[in-house]
Amino acid sequence: MATEESPPREGKGQEVMVQQTMPEPAAPAVPALSTPPAVSTVRAVPDGDRRLADSVQRHLSKLVVAPSFAAVLLFVYGFILWTAYISFTRSRMLPVYGFDGIDAYVRLWSMTRWNVAIGNLLLFGSLFILISLMLGIILAVLLDQRVRAEGALRTIYLYPMALSFIVTGTAWKWILNPDIGIQAFVRGLGFETFRFDWIINDQMAVYTLVIAGVWQASGFVMALFLAALRGVDQEIVKAAYLDGASLPRIYWGIVLPSIRPVFLSAIVILAHLAIKSFDLVVALTGGGPGYASDLPATFMYEMTFRRNQIAIGAASAMMMLATVMAVIVPYLYSELRGGRRVQ
Amino acid sequence: MSSSLSALPRTHTPGARALRIGLYLMLALFALYYITPLLVLVATAFKTPDEIRTGSLLSLPLAPTLDAWRTAWNQACIGADCRGLAPYFWNSVAIAVPGVLLSTALGALNGFALTKFRFRGANVVFGLMLFGSFLPFQLVLLPMAQTLGFLGMAGTTQGLVLVHVVYGLAFTTLFFRNYYVSLPDELVKAAIIDGAGFVQIFTRIILPMSPPIIVVTVIWQFTQIWNDFLFGASFAAGGAQPITVALNNLVNTTTGVKQYNVDMAGALIAGLPTLIVYVLAGRYFIRGLTAGSVKG
Repeated sequence: MATEESPPREGKGQEVMVQQTMPEPAAPAVPALSTPPAVSTVRAVPDGDRRLADSVQRHLSKLVVAPSFAAVLLFVYGFILWTAYISFTRSRMLPVYGFDGIDAYVRLWSMTRWNVAIGNLLLFGSLFILISLMLGIILAVLLDQRVRAEGALRTIYLYPMALSFIVTGTAWKWILNPDIGIQAFVRGLGFETFRFDWIINDQMAVYTLVIAGVWQASGFVMALFLAALRGVDQEIVKAAYLDGASLPRIYWGIVLPSIRPVFLSAIVILAHLAIKSFDLVVALTGGGPGYASDLPATFMYEMTFRRNQIAIGAASAMMMLATVMAVIVPYLYSELRGGRRVQ
Repeated sequence: MSSSLSALPRTHTPGARALRIGLYLMLALFALYYITPLLVLVATAFKTPDEIRTGSLLSLPLAPTLDAWRTAWNQACIGADCRGLAPYFWNSVAIAVPGVLLSTALGALNGFALTKFRFRGANVVFGLMLFGSFLPFQLVLLPMAQTLGFLGMAGTTQGLVLVHVVYGLAFTTLFFRNYYVSLPDELVKAAIIDGAGFVQIFTRIILPMSPPIIVVTVIWQFTQIWNDFLFGASFAAGGAQPITVALNNLVNTTTGVKQYNVDMAGALIAGLPTLIVYVLAGRYFIRGLTAGSVKG
């Protein structure tokens, strides 16, 4: 496994399994490299010079990372501070820098549209996470039954993740359009009273986001779980089988509990996807009807680029950051602690 | 690799056979659910407007025609500009190619420096860079728009290259760093004793071992940049827009008769590059996804 990339963060057991189960690429020719060409071409240098050379090399290493690090400091941290500051000003069409306290936040939380967006995020987020998780696990378990054509099926279940939702949303919009989509299709079959007009119904539009969002992300959950299933200790499964446990009991009682960490990862990833959902809304409902299916991400864009309410846009972006942090920080904390315990 | 049930014997009773038929039926139904939107796109893109009006959602085109594709490619109107999606397709190419190459190269160098030539604070530097992968990009839209204006890159494809390189760094560095961590340090130590330096070790030892992770990173970055909509919509003006933004404008144009077949052909043109990459190199795509899955 030395040729596989290790998990994103050290000490993440479930990701290790993910990596192990992916087909291995052709291993780099390690034997050839144990005698690197550099060896023969570089003269040996005296000790003092070498120490100098070493220190140059160490600085070279810093020098190489420096531009990227500087870019991240400026474009990530600097920009967050800038947005944070703007959220405490009275900026409208252009940024102004007079401090104005928390006025923008007060106005933000008094806006019906923002409260709709937050309510939608809670509703959409919880349904999206729950259904994607269930569907992903079901697909993974089904695919784990030693089926034929597993590769082809996996490719089909996962392709939505490779396409922009701006692309696939074009089809979804059509399918959900009552005049030409599913409603028209079913009515054409003779069910004249059939109704499926959620996309133009302000009470139901947010559920169309759930339908399409689940469609897009559940294959990914399937891939995560399938990889984890493949890392389960087969001896334990066999022992349970010989003890007479049925297949559902084996999965429910042994296999799924043993990959518990994947649940946490999947939930965090899905929550993160939900908070950042932007393309989905733009392509499917445009936030409509009216602003009935707005999410914070589209609200921010609307305020900042269309309504000349920069301070409010910045305040809503800060609220998004707070939401992401609330999900990510406890997760990272538990991951890092868990990692240390393993070591 | 193998199923978690590989250690179990296979059963061949009639009951087991019935269960298996049920299993395949369910798998096929799910496959239908996932593939339907793509089928709708493909079927409609080959239809004539008449056929769309008379046929139903899922019917196949009776007389497949490429007209809609031609229109979408170089005649469809995006706003007042009736040159089709072609110019925007090439914009996306002009953004994605340098964006992918630069961010991958920088990621490889960073990953190497952070693992094999560690300096004090390397972990802190990495940790701070990693945070970028969790960032909701809404936080940087405003300052980035200002900065691009200040640099004279507002509304250009070069500006978008810069944006994608900067915000892709967290991922490319993460990918390479985690790959290089697993390469044995002895390789580097032996080379140092023999007098090889940073550049030589990187180009002659590390790079030749890197093709797998380079493929993963290139595919990941290409998919991200090609599919990007938020940055394109926020920073690119008129003629410099990437294809996702142009497609969205095309589909949401309300003037004139709605040409669904042109919309669908346009969507397929926009989606084809990443779809081809996915079909050809899916396993590398999945690996990037599981390693960089924090990105939304």
